[in-house]
Amino acid sequence: MTNSKDLLNKMINAPGLSGHEAPIQSIVEEAWKPLADELNTSKLGSLHALQRGTGKEPRPSILIATHMDAIGLMVSNVTDGFLRVSEIGGIDHRVLPGQSVTVHCVEGDLPGVIVQPPEHTLAKENRGGPVPLDGLWVDVGLSPRQVARQIDIGDLVSFASDAVEMGDTLTGHSLDNRASVAALTEALTMLQKRPHHWDVWAVATTQEEETLGGALTSAFELRPTLAIAIDVTFAKGPGSTGHDTFPMNKGPVLGWGPNIHPKLFGELKSAADRLEMAYKKEPLPGMSGTDAITLQVAASGAPTAVISIPLRYMHTPVEMVHTKDITRVARLLTEFIAELDEDFLDKIKWQEEEN
Amino acid sequence: MKELIQDLVQIAGPSGYEADVREYVQKDLKGHVDEMKVDPLGNLITRKGPKDGSGLNVMLAAHLDEIGVIVTHLDDNGFARFTTVGGVFPRNTVGARVKFLNGTGGVIGMEPTGYSSVTPINQMYIDVGVTKKSEMPVKVGDVAAFERTFEDLGKRLVSKALDDRVGVAVLIEIMKQLKDTPHNVFGVFTVQEEVGVRGAAAAAYGVDPDLGIAIDVTLTGDTPKAKTMDVSLGKGPAIKVKDSGMISDPRVVAWMEAGAKRARIPYQKEILTGGSTDARAIQITREGVPAGCVSIPCRYVHSPSEMVDYKDVQDSVKLLVQLLKRPIKL
Amino acid sequence: MAIRKKPSWQAPRIGVGQINLLENLSNASAISGQEDAVRKIVLSEIKSHGSDYEIDPLGNVLVTVKGRGRSLPKVMLAAHMDEVGFMLVNDEGEGLFSFRAVGGLDARQLAGKAVWVGKDQHPAVIGAKPIHLTTYSERQNTMGMASLRIDLGPSNSKKAQVGDQATFATKFTRLGPSLRGKALDDRLGVATLIELIKNAPANIDLLAAFTVQEEIGLRGAQVAAHRMQPDLAIALDCTPANDLPMWDGSANEQYNTKLDAGPAIYVADRATLSDPRLVAHLQRVGDTYKIPYQIRQPGGGGTDAGSIHKQRGGIPSVSVSVPGRYLHTAASIVRLADWRNHVGLIHAALSHIDKNTLKR
Repeated sequence: MTNSKDLLNKMINAPGLSGHEAPIQSIVEEAWKPLADELNTSKLGSLHALQRGTGKEPRPSILIATHMDAIGLMVSNVTDGFLRVSEIGGIDHRVLPGQSVTVHCVEGDLPGVIVQPPEHTLAKENRGGPVPLDGLWVDVGLSPRQVARQIDIGDLVSFASDAVEMGDTLTGHSLDNRASVAALTEALTMLQKRPHHWDVWAVATTQEEETLGGALTSAFELRPTLAIAIDVTFAKGPGSTGHDTFPMNKGPVLGWGPNIHPKLFGELKSAADRLEMAYKKEPLPGMSGTDAITLQVAASGAPTAVISIPLRYMHTPVEMVHTKDITRVARLLTEFIAELDEDFLDKIKWQEEEN
Repeated sequence: MKELIQDLVQIAGPSGYEADVREYVQKDLKGHVDEMKVDPLGNLITRKGPKDGSGLNVMLAAHLDEIGVIVTHLDDNGFARFTTVGGVFPRNTVGARVKFLNGTGGVIGMEPTGYSSVTPINQMYIDVGVTKKSEMPVKVGDVAAFERTFEDLGKRLVSKALDDRVGVAVLIEIMKQLKDTPHNVFGVFTVQEEVGVRGAAAAAYGVDPDLGIAIDVTLTGDTPKAKTMDVSLGKGPAIKVKDSGMISDPRVVAWMEAGAKRARIPYQKEILTGGSTDARAIQITREGVPAGCVSIPCRYVHSPSEMVDYKDVQDSVKLLVQLLKRPIKL
Repeated sequence: MAIRKKPSWQAPRIGVGQINLLENLSNASAISGQEDAVRKIVLSEIKSHGSDYEIDPLGNVLVTVKGRGRSLPKVMLAAHMDEVGFMLVNDEGEGLFSFRAVGGLDARQLAGKAVWVGKDQHPAVIGAKPIHLTTYSERQNTMGMASLRIDLGPSNSKKAQVGDQATFATKFTRLGPSLRGKALDDRLGVATLIELIKNAPANIDLLAAFTVQEEIGLRGAQVAAHRMQPDLAIALDCTPANDLPMWDGSANEQYNTKLDAGPAIYVADRATLSDPRLVAHLQRVGDTYKIPYQIRQPGGGGTDAGSIHKQRGGIPSVSVSVPGRYLHTAASIVRLADWRNHVGLIHAALSHIDKNTLKR
């Protein structure tokens, strides 16, 4: 677990916004190298790590997808030394004023802050209320000349707040979804010591927050027999108390709905029961909002499931998770994968097909 | 190239009905490419360059289709109700002229709804100059394109359908000018872009490229009180960084920028918050395709009078030809 | 490209047996993702016919009926098994559940309806506050879905759980020339497709897809088309007939389709621009065989064709729907004659498909 915590700390302090995942990819690659029999990168930058199974060939395979991209901002205009930004992923502009950020430019990283401009400088319709994104500026404290020389349109802007440990909880930006990458890494470590029949493809996907294109293209390339997305879901917390929120430190959340194969859901439940691990069921009447959306329909389709880690304050720079939930997801994955045998597909046959 | 653009914009080719534009391109490119075929959705796929050379399979895509209208109902007095094909803005349509594929001309009128607010499309109609339903030369389901003359203003060109016939013209020129490329270059003229980049998805699946580049128009922020979009007419081709449907592959952006600098071609970088291009579909095809887009800055997009800068157009050709002449390492 | 009528051609019969099948299909509960009950009926029908089939990872039932001869055109027909309905999302105790819509439902259509919950179709209701206890201003506002509950009764609180489906509890019935039921969108298409399998023309390889998850984004058809790799495709669906009188007696010009005017051929909807060659083919066949048809008003909506046509290198596609009033509500109404003509038009059109159909 210490290793995992270190890795997670390292990951959430690293940039790697959607479509620009190179910095985070190299960290994950380093972590997965000792755990994988084979490692490669997709054409869109998703990282694929294979742990070979012991079953006879041709072996079925399970793909576990955790997206490694993060939300953030991008410079869209430079005026008199100030920067306008547009968003990558969905961000509530009301949390932005006063945030420390890092502007990544060719020559290196520049610290900056998102500022809410003085009222009289705002367009009339923006006064007195929350200032929309296109009314905010980023100030890097440099002279207009320096800014013009160093910063270009398209430069990325990521949150700069540090990760903070508060006992068993961890807070910081990009825990969505690097908490899941950490869980998958832990599972890979456990699976090294636990024999499994099936091939396991651990995939750190790209572009989840924008196009879901990383998972789609990796599933097309790897053609897994089964696919599971690990992502975060809404934890109960201030202002978030409805039935669509789940308590922290009470175990993994299993998705249920059209995006999830009902029998695969049942088998994950059984795995949790074998571990005497508590879990919650998350009804998802539409799509899951995760990589499973595309995993399910890539190429000719695959049975798909969703496992989630409860997380507070999603898509803000102070996301919060309980680290025990991360380990629980890792243990659940390990148990499920290790018990996949040659007859598993019979267990998830559509019931009308039986008899 | 102005003549080529003029020819292209004058052909009617709303989404799904691109046949006439496609035929023009087929004729024009005959003898200039090594191969040509039409796929099941109607995309025209042309190819040029060594098949098994050291280079990449590069797909360039420009869309043949334009926005238009489609008839939904004929009333007893000879007026045709209609809906839109692609992103037609109601504010641009009253008084516009349309031409159906069978040659019938018409003008768009509106119910007397007052002039203070924009009239919705369902309160407009097409008047084709007849007085009875039985005389109607069109029927429900017939499509029409907007009709507006091409204007050469010297530095700048104005017409309907510059989105994306100017891209088609650029791609035609590229395919003609490419002589000794190390790459296997697919010039793909796509269908149904305006209704959701549908043609490019299928075309990219068929071509299975190593690199995909869309050639399309983009909006500008250089008109009075325009929002802060940092693209202007006349400042060179725009290299797309991001739009609302995709994030360009950063390696492709860097490669394009380096090429423009090397060849001393002016360029600008583009972040578009409303709209996307064929590159969106190409990027997520099969195992994924590194993708980007060269945009031609264009004012008044999706109006019957779109405007581009002629030098931007020429520079777009130059930029891509320069890029494709050399080996590509992403 | 004229078509010569085949003198021996006969439309597949839609009689009592077929209507009974439709009744069973309509009365079954199967929201998107929980299509089991309909899949079961489909399987028993096609097993008795002896066709080759498989069930894919999403639950689509994919049937292949080979024609006579080699390299025949591969024609995919798709009809979706799922219907719009509800999912229970929170157990509030005492048999009360809050719920969410699966697929497009109008919140104004829900209050005061009986529903069936779960696989076993436990009876339940969506209640509403008595008029006596509501204020005037409350009655001016829609009862939002978040304020409504599905009520199984206090003694049945254990008969359902979060994640279960609920559908309108409407029993299929015949009304003179009409059929009334829930989920006729698209159980009519399913019933049609079963009849076409049983009466498959020999000049094509028929690839029949009973799809899942149409109502939440055409997802089943997407993977079905990728797997089946057809040369062309036709989606068989239901489409609204909004052909009611206007409040002021003016002409209704936004009817989408009209009842009694025959099956509706699509030119354009939000998801698909139909292949013009297939539209023309269907029209020619309709004219030659004197089967009435209508062109659906171009506009919104979407069918399985929307995802099919974009698969692999592109698949020319079209949709043909039975017009139906009040679709996506507790009770829809269609005309038996429109259904018969739908089956007839599709069957005749299939009988005339050959290598030249897609020549430009």
